[in-house]
Amino acid sequence: MADETLDASGLNCPLPILKTKKALSKMDAGKILDVISTDAGSVKDIEAFCNQTGNKLISTTEDGGKYIFTIEKV
Amino acid sequence: MSDDNKMTIIATKGTFDWAFPPFIIASTGVAMDKEVTIFFTFYGLNLLLKDTSKLKVSPVANPGMPMKMPFGPKWLQKIDFGPKIPNILWNIPGTEALVTWLMKKTMEKHGVAKIEELRSMCQEFDVKFIACEMTVELFGFDKSDFIDGVEFAGAAMYFDEASTGDHHLYM
Repeated sequence: MADETLDASGLNCPLPILKTKKALSKMDAGKILDVISTDAGSVKDIEAFCNQTGNKLISTTEDGGKYIFTIEKV
Repeated sequence: MSDDNKMTIIATKGTFDWAFPPFIIASTGVAMDKEVTIFFTFYGLNLLLKDTSKLKVSPVANPGMPMKMPFGPKWLQKIDFGPKIPNILWNIPGTEALVTWLMKKTMEKHGVAKIEELRSMCQEFDVKFIACEMTVELFGFDKSDFIDGVEFAGAAMYFDEASTGDHHLYM
């Protein structure tokens, strides 16, 4: 179960990434953030973001055009 | 933060459409732990003005720009009016304001951030904004025309900022 949820539905690049960064910066290491996005580009972008920043992308799920990314803050 | 994480952008264009790339790349870069500096010179200075209503997109000499309606029936929204309308018509007063308005509507519909929003996020994430002092004076700007947090310097400072790092972009 996520500690925090960020709903970035309807937002387009680069807002999901910027909002994810902001949300993570307010959280403690080890906490889990769920990001909800409707931007198909965010699938690759969130992956790249986690890759670069070291945060752990635990899972990506898609449900009818809604993407849910579960990220563990480092 | 290590020096090789550094990134710089030289922003030279001052139209509504070209306001986006520097702020999008800079804000994303800094979100991905890069240390980012934007050097605004010549028309790029417009992007730092408090009053962004001066930023317009012109269809004149902008042949790559798709011109589609942001509303109306699907078939209508698919039509690209750009190549269909003779360029001479775009010189009629008011067309620039109309096209800028249509682009803003399209962006709103697609959930694209506003220029001010991207710009303030850049500042919140500590992107360094440098305005080229020479062009500030050349174009008769007053320093109070610009948003807070802007540094004024010259090309030498750009080189100092760009002396490390792998990403140095000209826009």
